[in-house]
Amino acid sequence: MTALLKSLLIIAATLMASVTHAVAADQQPVLRGTGNLGIIVERTTGSLVIFDATERRMISRVEGLGDLSHASAVFSPDERYAFIFGRDGGLTKVDLLTSSIVHRVMQAGNSIGGAISDDGTLVAVANYEPGGIKVFDTATLAEVADIPATWTGGRSKTIGLEDAPGRRFLFSLWDAGETWIADFSKGNTPQITKLTGMGDRPYDALVTSDGRYYVAGLFGEDGLTVVDLWQSPLTPRRILRGYGNGETKLPVYKMPHLESWALAGNRFVLPAIGRHELLWVDARTFEETNRTAVYGQPVFAVAGPDGRNVWVNFAHPLNDTIQVVDSLTGSIVKQWKPGPAVLHIEFAPRGHDVWVSVRDANVVQVYDAYTFEKKAEIAANSPSGIFLTARAHRMGL
Amino acid sequence: MRDGLHHILGLATAFLLASIGAALADSSEEAREQKLERLVRQDCGSCHGMTFKGGLGPDIRAERMAGFTPSAIAAVILDGVPGTPMPPWRGLLSEEDALWIAEYLRKGGR
Ligand code: HEC
Repeated sequence: MTALLKSLLIIAATLMASVTHAVAADQQPVLRGTGNLGIIVERTTGSLVIFDATERRMISRVEGLGDLSHASAVFSPDERYAFIFGRDGGLTKVDLLTSSIVHRVMQAGNSIGGAISDDGTLVAVANYEPGGIKVFDTATLAEVADIPATWTGGRSKTIGLEDAPGRRFLFSLWDAGETWIADFSKGNTPQITKLTGMGDRPYDALVTSDGRYYVAGLFGEDGLTVVDLWQSPLTPRRILRGYGNGETKLPVYKMPHLESWALAGNRFVLPAIGRHELLWVDARTFEETNRTAVYGQPVFAVAGPDGRNVWVNFAHPLNDTIQVVDSLTGSIVKQWKPGPAVLHIEFAPRGHDVWVSVRDANVVQVYDAYTFEKKAEIAANSPSGIFLTARAHRMGL
Repeated sequence: MRDGLHHILGLATAFLLASIGAALADSSEEAREQKLERLVRQDCGSCHGMTFKGGLGPDIRAERMAGFTPSAIAAVILDGVPGTPMPPWRGLLSEEDALWIAEYLRKGGR
């Protein structure tokens, strides 16, 4: 009798729990903030995992975003909406609170990333095909401007699209070796400034987190080009010229990324290309200070928000490893293999946790930034980019 | 009678061993193809797009690749295109691997 009563009670309790859960999930969403949310790009299934970064657990999945190989994201200033740039030219606005797609446009054939303006009103996408950038209203995704990257050779692929203070976007022309500034400060018809002579095939760029410098990496020559946005006229300046010492480049099986998280103490850390090295430059003079020999072709070299350590991942076939480099000494303090195909590294905004995607293990791992202890895992299908909403309040991301 | 049974048992064992062997060979060939397929989609895909529509590197979908011979494609894969981001894969991929990938690209799949 008591046994029967017990099991009836358990059944009733389970039923009630599931009913309460359903109500909570579908009808009356629990009030919550979004400052500790993040998204994981699932590159092969065209979906996103929305997760809670404090509890380190998945909240929901959003599907139907198209080809997300090489996808990236920016966030609205209220940290409620994510704008996802797909490889196939899709631009999708996702509501993180309701886990739903708000707007979606196919704006080009082939894209490589984007940026959001400082005031949060414009979102821009860099396109390979047709080469150029397009700019959209963040509220509606209605097109605001179309800027074809026309040069003497036709239309150039565009890369390194970054936001800069004063409702400006900067981007570079891979084929033309130029950097253009689209200035929307006077309204939605941009003033375009073209800087020539940036160098042979800029492949990616960053804007420093103070919004002052635009730094473009070059594929076709040993060096990078920096533009000081505080100066007038704007003048490209080559740095780290000849860092390869005339030696034959090693094959690059994946292009490195330049990230605004490059400031480590009073130096910037930059991945070399065709060399298994990190290059350190003085943050004021941009002179080289030293180098760190690393395990493979670095892809991301990400400094924590305190600049203490730099976490590095590598190109195929050495992409199973992470190295952590001490920014004071430039020496490697930790090295391990999280698993096959480590694609992305994201620090928590206060720097205590580090999120790492391991594509071929179908998992995102969370590490303690200081003890390197693994704290949690979140399952995800072929995870690549990890983006925390706190990016909303950083320049150049 | 006993001999007959032995004979049958022997045959059965031989058959079993043979089929296990074939299955092993099959599964190692299958494993190799899966590995190559993942490499092409994911790692070539980082420049050519996961669907091969192009990215920093050009469109390498079947419609374009069908116009090249498998050995020409394999040569590009193994030696790369010097002076461009297309890296040489020799050392990471064998000639057979490169030819398998060339056929894969020409067919647009397995
Ligand atoms: C780091 C970027 C990168 C990676 C990785 C890469 N490619 Fe390429 N690939 C290129 C570029 C750029 C070109 C164009 C070279 C040129 O200008 O002729 C190219 C050209 C080619 C071509 C010739 C296409 C044509 O129309 O001439 C083929 C075929 C090709 N790649 C196949 C592959 C395969 C297969 C893989 C993987 C095993 C691969 N690529 C990996 C960048 C890359």
